[in-house]
Amino acid sequence: MSTKHSKAAEKFLQDRTMAAWHNETLWMVRAKRDKMSREVPEWEELREKACQLKLYSNTHLAELLTEFEKNAAANGAVVHWAKDAEEYCGIIYDLLKSHHVARFVKSKSMLSEECGLDPFLAGKGIDVVETDLGERILQLMHLPPSHVVMPAIHIKREQVGRLFEEKMGAEKGNYDPTYLTHVARKNLRNIFLNADAAMTGANFAVASTGDIVVCTNEGNADMGTSCTPLHIAAFGIEKIVPDLNALGVFTRLLARSGTGQPVTSYTSHYRAPREGGEFHIIIVDNGRSKMLADPDHVKTLNCIRCGACMNTCPVYRRSGGYSYTYFIPGPIGINLGMAHDPERYADNVSACSLCLSCSNVCPVKVDLGEQIYKWRQKLKEIGKDNPEKRYLSAGMKALMDHPVLFNAALKAAPLVNAMPGFLKYNRLNAWGEGRDLPKFARESFNEMWKKHKIQGKEDRK
Amino acid sequence: MKVGLFIPCYINAVYPHVGVASYKLLRSLGVDVDYPLDQTCCGQPMANAGFEGEALKLAARFDDLFRRYDYVVGPSASCVAFVRLNHPGILSGEGHRCESAGKIYDICEFIHDVLRPDRLDARFPHKVSIHNSCHGVRELHLSSPSERNVPYYNKLRDLLSLVEGIEVCEPDHVDECCGFGGMFAVEEQAVSVCMAEDKIRHHAATGAEYITGADSSCLMHMQGVIDRKHLPVKTIHIMEILSAQL
Repeated sequence: MSTKHSKAAEKFLQDRTMAAWHNETLWMVRAKRDKMSREVPEWEELREKACQLKLYSNTHLAELLTEFEKNAAANGAVVHWAKDAEEYCGIIYDLLKSHHVARFVKSKSMLSEECGLDPFLAGKGIDVVETDLGERILQLMHLPPSHVVMPAIHIKREQVGRLFEEKMGAEKGNYDPTYLTHVARKNLRNIFLNADAAMTGANFAVASTGDIVVCTNEGNADMGTSCTPLHIAAFGIEKIVPDLNALGVFTRLLARSGTGQPVTSYTSHYRAPREGGEFHIIIVDNGRSKMLADPDHVKTLNCIRCGACMNTCPVYRRSGGYSYTYFIPGPIGINLGMAHDPERYADNVSACSLCLSCSNVCPVKVDLGEQIYKWRQKLKEIGKDNPEKRYLSAGMKALMDHPVLFNAALKAAPLVNAMPGFLKYNRLNAWGEGRDLPKFARESFNEMWKKHKIQGKEDRK
Repeated sequence: MKVGLFIPCYINAVYPHVGVASYKLLRSLGVDVDYPLDQTCCGQPMANAGFEGEALKLAARFDDLFRRYDYVVGPSASCVAFVRLNHPGILSGEGHRCESAGKIYDICEFIHDVLRPDRLDARFPHKVSIHNSCHGVRELHLSSPSERNVPYYNKLRDLLSLVEGIEVCEPDHVDECCGFGGMFAVEEQAVSVCMAEDKIRHHAATGAEYITGADSSCLMHMQGVIDRKHLPVKTIHIMEILSAQL
């Protein structure tokens, strides 16, 4: 009884020191988030407002996105629509080609990961440089992100130091984080100055103003867009918010939930092209409108990618981002993967004890754990249910549906207590790998009740 | 007031003394308790594994057994939560209106919210650490969830405060999961065992002799690791403490 996730998790946990460090580091972020959220007395009200705003926006997409397009165009931006990853990549490639772009800088965008932009452009001979420090480290290591907000959280500074020695000529053996950050900064500075175009994602798109809003801590998005004549911004349709008042609700929640900061260092609004430059905005669907039609899972579209559900998830913290088969890990990744392609990403559904911490930590009230429960119910339909679990459930049902059988089993159960260890603890028994079995009582409650051993004299009928 | 005592399958088989303790405590508080015979399982293990259909007959049987009582009370927060929150949905497909779901209480919740005793005849001169179990906290609201910005409360602590000689504490990571989750514990055994080890460490770090809670299932899971590793802490269901003198 295992899945790709459970096997990968087992491997991750073999390095106990590293695994414990990963667990504790992310728990620290959760603890910072708790502290920050408690400093806002109206926190729970904000969560409810944010949830309602998202539900409103996602059911009024046609009018809000059209309003956005009209306002963005009036500001001087060019708006493109992409129905899927292929169109998204195609539009970007056409823009880069028509503007003779050879050096392209990007700030962090999970949408570009989703649509496979970097490998697509690399195949076309365009040099893409990720400018978010975590993303840059991973790009140089040829690794994908392991967390949506802290993509390189699983990499230790010694590894970064050795990487920078090789790629950026850093001092040998100097693993001081401040030093390493300065090395990266110097290296990136030259790349920014020589870039031909810059790309950003969007945390929010404001319908009433046509603004693209990007939240970063490094200012790398602003460096890129300020140094180059061509800015391409792309966002998924669910990033739309009605107006600046609504935006304020989300910016109060985002950083507090994600990293435990009151707000990100930079909250940049991009409205119009630079003087003499061009500003292109791509609005992307890529399966989102399909999710809108599924009432069980529509709230997944509320997600603002803060990563709080990963930081709180006891399974994510102990299995790491790479143990999941979808590019977004953790509770939201399980759900997004299933919404995207259930047959392909069914292995992640095991990575949940249904503790529901994610549903309670989520700033936009995505019912993450409850949705995972619902996805599990759908596995049988798509032929992805685990046969051992199916037999076990059917066996339990047969036993529990018939009290006579159940009572007979209760009588026989104490025999298990006396079974020799090699029969109880072997490879067939995953429970026994790290735990002893409970001992069955000599007499069940049912049996004791029938023999009037529980009821006091006055209770006996 | 007639109470139907709900004894979940694994308590029936492994921890019948928890059922006995529950019965005695309710009786000592003047409650008229009945135990409908031939109870089996609420269906949660199958449903959590993705086979809600296998729980359908069990849910119907459960409702037939318990609908006639004023209250249904059980010493297992997770099973109670499953009945309260999931049985109505499971049965609605069959046109069966589930009545027991609206009457079911975890026994701590029932004593705390309905019976509201201001004293208990119980003495337990030991230090205990409260295991705030996931479904007890986040589905039955037995204590304030650590994720939420709401004032602190803990119904288990309130009840334990009525016990003479006891010292009560709560662990770091106050309501983090112990890693049971039904078949999750075998399907994801490595993660599940690691979660239990961490959870026990947090409990033990309080200096408590006992881990206590409203869910024998979590306690059973942690006890499995404690036995395997010979750890110096024990588990005990809260009903055993509250009924210690009965």
